[in-house]
Amino acid sequence: MSRGQVTLFTIRARDYLPIPLPILALAALLVLLVRPIAAQARNPFSTDPRSAKAGEFEFRINCALCHGLGARGGGRGPDLTRAHKRHGDSDADLFRNISQGIPGTAMPANGTNGQGVGMTNEEIWQIIRYLRSIQVKAPSKNLGNAVHGKELFYGDANCSTCHMVEGKGGRLGPDLTSVGASRTVESLVESVRKPSQRLAWGLTEPTKEFAQQYETVTVVTSDGEEIKGVTLNEDSFSLQLMDTAEQIHLLEKDKLRAITKSRQSLMPSYKTGTLSDHDLNDIIAYLLAEGAK
Amino acid sequence: MRAAAVKKMPRVSSIGTFLLLTSALFAPNACGQVTFERLRNSAKEPQNWLTYSGDYAGDRFSVLDQVNTTTAQSLVVKWVYQTGATGKFETTPLVVDGILYATGQDDRAFALDARTGRPLWLYQRQLPADIRPCCGRVNRGLAILGDKVFMGTLDAHVVALDTKTGNVVWDVATIDYSKGYSFTLAPLVLKNLVILGVSGGEYGIRGFIDAYDADTGRRKWRFYTVPGVGEPGHDTWEKDSWKIGGAPAWMTGVYDSSTNQLFWPTGNPSPSNRGAGRAGDNLYSNSLLALDPDTGKLNWYFQFTKHDEHDWDATQVPIMIDSGRKHLIAQANRNGFFYVLDRTTGKLLSASPYGKITWSNSKDNVGRPVPNNESSPTPTGRTVCPGALGTTNWMSPSFDPQTGLFYVSAREQCDIFSTAPQPYEAGHAYYGSAYFPSDEAEPYWGALRAIDPENGQVKWEFRHPSPTWSGILSTAGGLLFTGDAEGNFIALNAATGKPLWHFQMGGAVYASPMAFAVDGKEYVAIAAGSSLYAFGLP
Repeated sequence: MSRGQVTLFTIRARDYLPIPLPILALAALLVLLVRPIAAQARNPFSTDPRSAKAGEFEFRINCALCHGLGARGGGRGPDLTRAHKRHGDSDADLFRNISQGIPGTAMPANGTNGQGVGMTNEEIWQIIRYLRSIQVKAPSKNLGNAVHGKELFYGDANCSTCHMVEGKGGRLGPDLTSVGASRTVESLVESVRKPSQRLAWGLTEPTKEFAQQYETVTVVTSDGEEIKGVTLNEDSFSLQLMDTAEQIHLLEKDKLRAITKSRQSLMPSYKTGTLSDHDLNDIIAYLLAEGAK
Repeated sequence: MRAAAVKKMPRVSSIGTFLLLTSALFAPNACGQVTFERLRNSAKEPQNWLTYSGDYAGDRFSVLDQVNTTTAQSLVVKWVYQTGATGKFETTPLVVDGILYATGQDDRAFALDARTGRPLWLYQRQLPADIRPCCGRVNRGLAILGDKVFMGTLDAHVVALDTKTGNVVWDVATIDYSKGYSFTLAPLVLKNLVILGVSGGEYGIRGFIDAYDADTGRRKWRFYTVPGVGEPGHDTWEKDSWKIGGAPAWMTGVYDSSTNQLFWPTGNPSPSNRGAGRAGDNLYSNSLLALDPDTGKLNWYFQFTKHDEHDWDATQVPIMIDSGRKHLIAQANRNGFFYVLDRTTGKLLSASPYGKITWSNSKDNVGRPVPNNESSPTPTGRTVCPGALGTTNWMSPSFDPQTGLFYVSAREQCDIFSTAPQPYEAGHAYYGSAYFPSDEAEPYWGALRAIDPENGQVKWEFRHPSPTWSGILSTAGGLLFTGDAEGNFIALNAATGKPLWHFQMGGAVYASPMAFAVDGKEYVAIAAGSSLYAFGLP
């Protein structure tokens, strides 16, 4: 590529010299057979058992960061062992989502997560082969009563005090509209029973926008007022937080008397005495139903 | 060396600097072309920034002191240049007699009026679609000699551009880029040679360091960082693993002109995270090489991490430090240890941790930390500190001869390493294991740490809410400059680490700052987001 220029195709006069018909026919056949691998709607490795193993290793390297080592969802990315996937179930859908990412979500396009190298088309197809090999055949049976779960969510269980579903509810905690599609049942149960177990934080620079979410912070202002809430953002010099009354505070750190951060979530820990397993299953059934919409 | 010379120099007052700068501007050589003599004596023209690290010692220290602990609070933006590109902007500009030369994303290069930021020319390389950069379409800067600036490209070419127009003077292909080879570093020029090391440790390349004739682009020598058949060190590789052994050399080295030794750091063996199949020490991966720059012959080497399984490249810029009669070279290594070596012999003098380490709790007979039994990746995953990105990475450290301290941007992050064997295929990623932060681990964070090279102790730290990819500049004004992942550019007191000033630039920093002066006015420059910022006094 000398002198910073690129030549894609150069057609010269002698390219038009007569070519025997059989060769042209053979060339046409080859063009039909050797189509670009990415353009295929179906997996070229779908019958190759070895490619599932290769795909598993590629998955670990490229995907497990968010989707977990066994693709069961890592608390950040959805459980990919489910047959139904929110952004499409077909091989072509999966290939597109892995190659191009999913706009409006944390799912990056292949090779753009800021860490490491992108995959080749073959490697993407191997990953899809792997995902098919671990896919759970039937959707898990209904956990509970989604209608009752909704009543609990907006009623006695007080979830909506801090969480929104489809624009209705509180602001202090994360919006749960699509959480049922992106988290495993186990991680949802854990989030309710042991909310401080895994607070979300940014893992790679591109996901840093989520950095301090759900970390609890308590500050004391220069006039002695104590404010407790969740961190919306923070740098070395400033802090943006939402207090428990949903008021946003924009603070300069050098004007504060004290800043105390805690990995103890503001979300109360729901023990079985407060919320029975039966009722929790109903709430999760409601979130799964919402997530499947 | 340079550092010692500065140490003896009385602290220059602002007026003194002004006079020095004024006279430098009228000195006959300052308006001419950059010669090897000027590069060797860069301390004589502190208004210019002539090499990637500012001088051959690699210390990223500027003698300018107009911006100092008293005046830093008044710093303002003087100009901003936007590349209009996306992706990480990793450049360190050069400045020569009022003109700034830098590179940007996607292998562009440009020259600006250093006073105003107004462009003089732009070179935009048309890259092929199948280049194989590991970690973004990045470039870290240029080297200059005579009427040419030199750039390594992502399609593994070396290009010489005319300093006045950006026209291509010569362009040479060095190797087949489609197999994973690329250049991302700023070359180093010495004598009439353009020296650069290759990137591609994620692809099973065979690493090398090349020297090209600055006039013609003709290759003068190549040093393979993985020895071939019959060469010393070849027996540190299992079977044919040497052919795809990695050991890239993707950061700029340093040069001792008094002994004519070139020091170049090397990166991880391939596959980066799996030792099976390449039994042995895997020379010269993760090493510091002392080369004869005229011939490319190896004088000595020191390997920091033998048989690496954690991607702990040793490519961090080393810094030459002269302490009394001792001629040292120091490196804050990605594996979490701060090493001090005698740069005449390559003998290890000390190795001290400057961050959280779990992989080593003993040293070998020369004092080199050795791995424990709890550090190799396993199928189910094993947590090791530091993680794969290391306690530091490619962001430049700095040594300030006034404080005698070595400054480094440190990262505190532990990773789970889980094996994931991959077959070698040319041009395909070749890691051999996966790594990711543990859910149960502390959220990761960062700090600017000040290390005393005399004893390896961390004297103080300035904590960042998250790790930064910014390097550090120290200046005779008693200041440190660094950027952060949150977009701030920060001036700190070099003696105490106290922040004195900051500015929110609106984009994360993946670059190392530098300083220059024009018309007797000092500027400090840094890339952030897609913009190059120059700060100065009102």
